[in-house]
Amino acid sequence: MSKKARFDVRLVVPPVATGALILGIWYFVSYVILDPKRRFLLRPPHEVWSVGFANGDNFSEMMEGLLATSKTAFWGLLTAILLGFLLAVIMSQAKFVERAIFPYAVVLQAIPILAIVPLIGFWFGYGFMPRVFICVIIALFPIIVNTLFGLLSAEQGLHDLLTLHNTNRVTRLRKLMFPAALPAVFAGLRISAGLSVIGAIVGDFYFGQGEVGIGQLLKRYAARLDGEQLLAAVIVSSGLGVLVFTFFGWLANRVVGKWAGESRGA
Amino acid sequence: MATLTFSNISMRFPDGTEALSDVSFGVSRGEFVTIVGPSGCGKSTLLKIAAGLLDATAGSVDVDRNGIGYVFQDATLMPWRTVRRNVELLAELHGVDKDERQRLASEAIDLVGLSGFENHYPKSLSGGMKMRASLARTLTMKPPVFLFDEPFGAVDEITRERLNEETLRLFEAEKFAGLFITHSISEAVFLSTKVYVMSARPGRLVASFDVPFGYPRSPEIRFDPRFAELSGEISHALRGAHS
Repeated sequence: MSKKARFDVRLVVPPVATGALILGIWYFVSYVILDPKRRFLLRPPHEVWSVGFANGDNFSEMMEGLLATSKTAFWGLLTAILLGFLLAVIMSQAKFVERAIFPYAVVLQAIPILAIVPLIGFWFGYGFMPRVFICVIIALFPIIVNTLFGLLSAEQGLHDLLTLHNTNRVTRLRKLMFPAALPAVFAGLRISAGLSVIGAIVGDFYFGQGEVGIGQLLKRYAARLDGEQLLAAVIVSSGLGVLVFTFFGWLANRVVGKWAGESRGA
Repeated sequence: MATLTFSNISMRFPDGTEALSDVSFGVSRGEFVTIVGPSGCGKSTLLKIAAGLLDATAGSVDVDRNGIGYVFQDATLMPWRTVRRNVELLAELHGVDKDERQRLASEAIDLVGLSGFENHYPKSLSGGMKMRASLARTLTMKPPVFLFDEPFGAVDEITRERLNEETLRLFEAEKFAGLFITHSISEAVFLSTKVYVMSARPGRLVASFDVPFGYPRSPEIRFDPRFAELSGEISHALRGAHS
């Protein structure tokens, strides 16, 4: 059996132990700290499972919500990637463009998303596009910053080498700056993918209308003090975040894993 | 007429730092000239001016810029390219077709002793191997002028001696015009036909020494009394240049 495929106890035991500890604390709070009258505040794990996941109707309602949220997050992330990449490339080409645009990217990042969501609904309505717009606002900044940092990270010696060989701007971007940027681009993508999911949930939560996503479900369950389903929805939404984070980690490893990282030295 | 000629080169940076003052000399094909000098004396600046990466404040450089091979202080390899693809880079930039590019790369990789490592990424190479890949990349263009900007400063002494011997072999085979920058006097004597000593900033050429050994050279010349004697004289001149 190859070394990679072998079950490595040291990799599996620590996270499983932490998970067991969390479940233990959860049960402890549900059954020991909370008296039966107040147990609705934190339902024990198996009840969350049976109501939120094992009940077919509830589960399919949540999966439909998850699908709607994923769709919004996906298009939001895609738009943020295209826009962020374009802006970063433009900024990398001239310092004055960077000076002109970067402060506003920071402003965009500093906007409290909770304050802007009602305004976006007010201006653009509560349909699909405004939700995507919220995702773009929240996911754009890490893509711009990481891509720009990556594009500018290429070694000066390599720039000099290309200058010596009269390389034009496009070739320089293609052969040097883009590949040099990849590790940082993927780091940005991992952050932005998670943020886009949060954007999709927050938008849906505050809009409270239109296609029902996880945000509206969270709001509905909270209003009904439906603890089991609320916790199930929280688990599902964080699961979606973890899934996209893991996906981009895997993709980064596939694309740059072979060459990125520390070298052996002298 | 020398292949590379510096005429009265002076350089002052925008922050007022005077890097070079009135430097004039030439390097012809088949000549290997080394400049030794204290840190920060403007040696690298001189190479950058020769290559057109910097413009001198005064004076002129006469050289065909299309025929310059530049070996940097660091290996400057692209980490995302394998050794072979790194070595092919310059030919690729000059639009050389794939078959020819591969032929040139194989030849150069063979010449620097990196055969068998074609498909390795730089991160899995040692410092000395990276420098060899960098040399091979420059060799693919068969440049008539080779500029070496202190290329072996970061490798250990044993690797450095081996790389010196390989550089010598390349020079003996290609007979380019070589201009080499270093801190190491023995490296300078071992490789060169002529050694210049540069003063502390602003850099001026304060002494020149002809090396009395012909080519091909064997590593044994390092133990020749004349080698030690010349190294002593250069060291003496260098101490004067520091003050």
